Amino acid sequence: MSSLKRFAPGVALAAGAGLPLLVPNEYYLQILTQGYVFAILACGLNVIVGFAGQLSLAHAGFFGIGAYTVALLATKAGVAFWLGLPAGIIVTAAFGHAIGSICLRSKGHYFSIFTLAVGLIIHIVIQKWESLTHGHVGVIGIPGPGSIGPIQFDSSIARSYLALAFLALTLVATARLLRSPVGRTLMAVRESEPLAAAVGLDVMAAKRLAFTVSAALAGLAGGLYAGFIGFLGPESSNVEVTFNSLLYVMVGGMGSLSGPVAGTFIVYGLSQVLQVLQEYQMVIFGLGLVLLILFMPTGLAGLIRSWSIRGRRS
Amino acid sequence: MMLLETHGLTKAFGGLRAVEGVDHQVAAGSITGIIGPNGAGKTTFFNLISGALPPTSGRIVFEGEDVTRLPAHQMARRGLARTFQATTLFAEATAIENVLVGYRQQTKSGLWDALIRSGRLAREEREAHDAARVALDLVGLAGYADKLANSLTQEQQKRLAMALALVARPRLLLLDEPFAGINAEQSRGLIALIERIAAGGVTVCLIEHQMQAVMHLCQRIMVLDYGKKIAEGTPDEIRLDPAVLEAYLGHK
Amino acid sequence: MELFAQQVLNGLVTGSVYSLVALGLTLIYGTMHVPNFAHGHLYMLGAYLTYTLVTRAGLNYWAAMAVSVAALAVLGAALERLVFRPLRHAPHLNAMIAALGVMLFLEAVAQKIWGEEFRHVDSPHTGVVSVFGMMVTEHRLILAGAAAALMVGLLLFLTRTVAGSAIRATAQNPEGALLVGIDTNRVAMATFAMSAALAAVAGSLIAPISLVYPSMGTMITLKAFAIVVVGGMGSVPGALAGGYLLALAESLGGTYISATYQDLVAFVVLAVVFTFRPSGLFKEAA
Repeated sequence: MSSLKRFAPGVALAAGAGLPLLVPNEYYLQILTQGYVFAILACGLNVIVGFAGQLSLAHAGFFGIGAYTVALLATKAGVAFWLGLPAGIIVTAAFGHAIGSICLRSKGHYFSIFTLAVGLIIHIVIQKWESLTHGHVGVIGIPGPGSIGPIQFDSSIARSYLALAFLALTLVATARLLRSPVGRTLMAVRESEPLAAAVGLDVMAAKRLAFTVSAALAGLAGGLYAGFIGFLGPESSNVEVTFNSLLYVMVGGMGSLSGPVAGTFIVYGLSQVLQVLQEYQMVIFGLGLVLLILFMPTGLAGLIRSWSIRGRRS
Repeated sequence: MMLLETHGLTKAFGGLRAVEGVDHQVAAGSITGIIGPNGAGKTTFFNLISGALPPTSGRIVFEGEDVTRLPAHQMARRGLARTFQATTLFAEATAIENVLVGYRQQTKSGLWDALIRSGRLAREEREAHDAARVALDLVGLAGYADKLANSLTQEQQKRLAMALALVARPRLLLLDEPFAGINAEQSRGLIALIERIAAGGVTVCLIEHQMQAVMHLCQRIMVLDYGKKIAEGTPDEIRLDPAVLEAYLGHK
Repeated sequence: MELFAQQVLNGLVTGSVYSLVALGLTLIYGTMHVPNFAHGHLYMLGAYLTYTLVTRAGLNYWAAMAVSVAALAVLGAALERLVFRPLRHAPHLNAMIAALGVMLFLEAVAQKIWGEEFRHVDSPHTGVVSVFGMMVTEHRLILAGAAAALMVGLLLFLTRTVAGSAIRATAQNPEGALLVGIDTNRVAMATFAMSAALAAVAGSLIAPISLVYPSMGTMITLKAFAIVVVGGMGSVPGALAGGYLLALAESLGGTYISATYQDLVAFVVLAVVFTFRPSGLFKEAA
């Protein structure tokens, strides 16, 4: 286990660095890049669902806010991607902070229902506010990331590495968060709110922080998506995006660090590669979610953990 | 000096008055007890003074300041710690992680400290780990730091809950039925621990059904029945109080 | 004035469907404490089954509806037994995620079987009658009447029969119900079956005056949640009244305020209620 743990980041990095070189064509390269972006989204969702134990269903909305901020700043105000992206993250974090302040006052089921409604409101507003978002037509011609010094991001392969770099940053940030007093506070809130409050933790502030971080990461993913794809429609904020991310998180293991990334790669990757999966994607996803929660609620991370414990005992 | 005072403290759930007009005082440095039949409002009283529930009416004064309606986490930061009736811990975390959570209110590092791994974070983490070791040592769990909380015995869990409550050096410790569910010998061990905690300068107030332990530990006892205070005094006074006998016999 | 009356009538017709759906949702929440995100998809499935039986098997509309309702009751009971009962003692997150999974699954299955196209069921009652000077199709009147009759019948069942009392008792206080010897497993299964059946009735009733498509369930689920949050999670009268109120608010709001954002009414109502009352308008019994 310990040796596995020590080498895992290196192996993952090597695999990540090698993957863009190995994929056979442009199409798959774009799929890979989108996979990295969705993995960032899943990592973000994991912060509020896995670390803090609050099932937020508003994340497609935050993804949409990040994406549209980047897209509209670029197409309407001529703001470059490298300025638009941080702006998108800040705007999404601000929305997350405000929405979290309100939604988190509702607990448990109420919070989930509330956030589902908020996510849908964001989606409907994006869809119907035609003068701003162009409604169903969407935003086209979003400029991608410009060059930084000598490094250019015009090619698919460069963009793929860029997305990978952001994913690595996300992982480092969430790892540092989880293994800090802040992460322990979130664990305490997840396990028992009354006890957390009794030992002096501001439960509301902790949950709001997790929600804001989680929204900011969704905004980052959305902003990257807009810049990489170049066009954007309202379906990017569809509630299905939330459900897919939730599945990625569940498959990899709620609350684990790299589980959401593994989950994204397995589910999203397979659904792109296997024809059968493409055809029956949501049938299998839905059934998969139910079977996972019934028989393997801790996901892959939990499975690996129990294997390693068994291994140590024998 | 009075560490804690309540004046006319009342909590109503709908029509039911779980706690009604309770005036109570806890002297600094004392060990006091609250007894009463089941459903007398003892735990609700704890929930009120610890800020877990807002009172319907009445006032709470802690260290001379009016703290009525302060939320639980702010009461904790002012130096009021508690354990829960059903021993509550962060079950999936290790013993030391539990205690570290208890120390968190003393530290200031936030998200940015965590992201950039600031010097303050490193300093506070060292400080927290030192404090956690001391607290585990105090309750006799020094060797169990890395055990998962839910793998400990019932008695060890009770000790861990106390370490969690004590690590931030509270001035008042509320214990809700500390002796429930453990055997006589373990009770003796816990009594000694509570006496050690009190000797260290922490005022203790406990709810308990095991009369022997209460009578042995407490200097003063308050008796609640149907939410009202029906008696208060030294263990000897309480033992002979006709109203108390009436309440217990009447209920049984 | 006539426009206003017309919109009120529309509201009452839609409202009876909303109330039926919200009723099932609130019963499940009360007895099982599961927010069944898949509830609207049972409604969708009920509508499709009726559609298929009418158009493919050539069944009479009402006979088709009866079969569809029975089939959904069985599906509801199966969901309780296979999915939600095993999760009853798991963290509350798990049952919610399971409900989301069921929802995705049912929608995808419907898409595979019936495709994305809009479907339509013909009602046997195509006549138009005049009510207070307004022209109304017979089906709408029958729909409103049948739904109202069903709700009255259900209320009588819940208040006057032993089985109904057991369900109400469990909804109000699950632990207490267990203590007085109610078999909560059976109650839960029966409630799920009943709730799914109600959804199928609602879906089948609306099919002739609306369109049938795979994602029709999502919207109605969210609307039902809004109703139940306003009316009180687990409250039967709240769901009934709330359904009519929301439909009226929608049809009047859609006419006099903004048709574009008509679908937003429910979510805004929900968000406003939660903003000012984080545990809903009526707190659950503590």
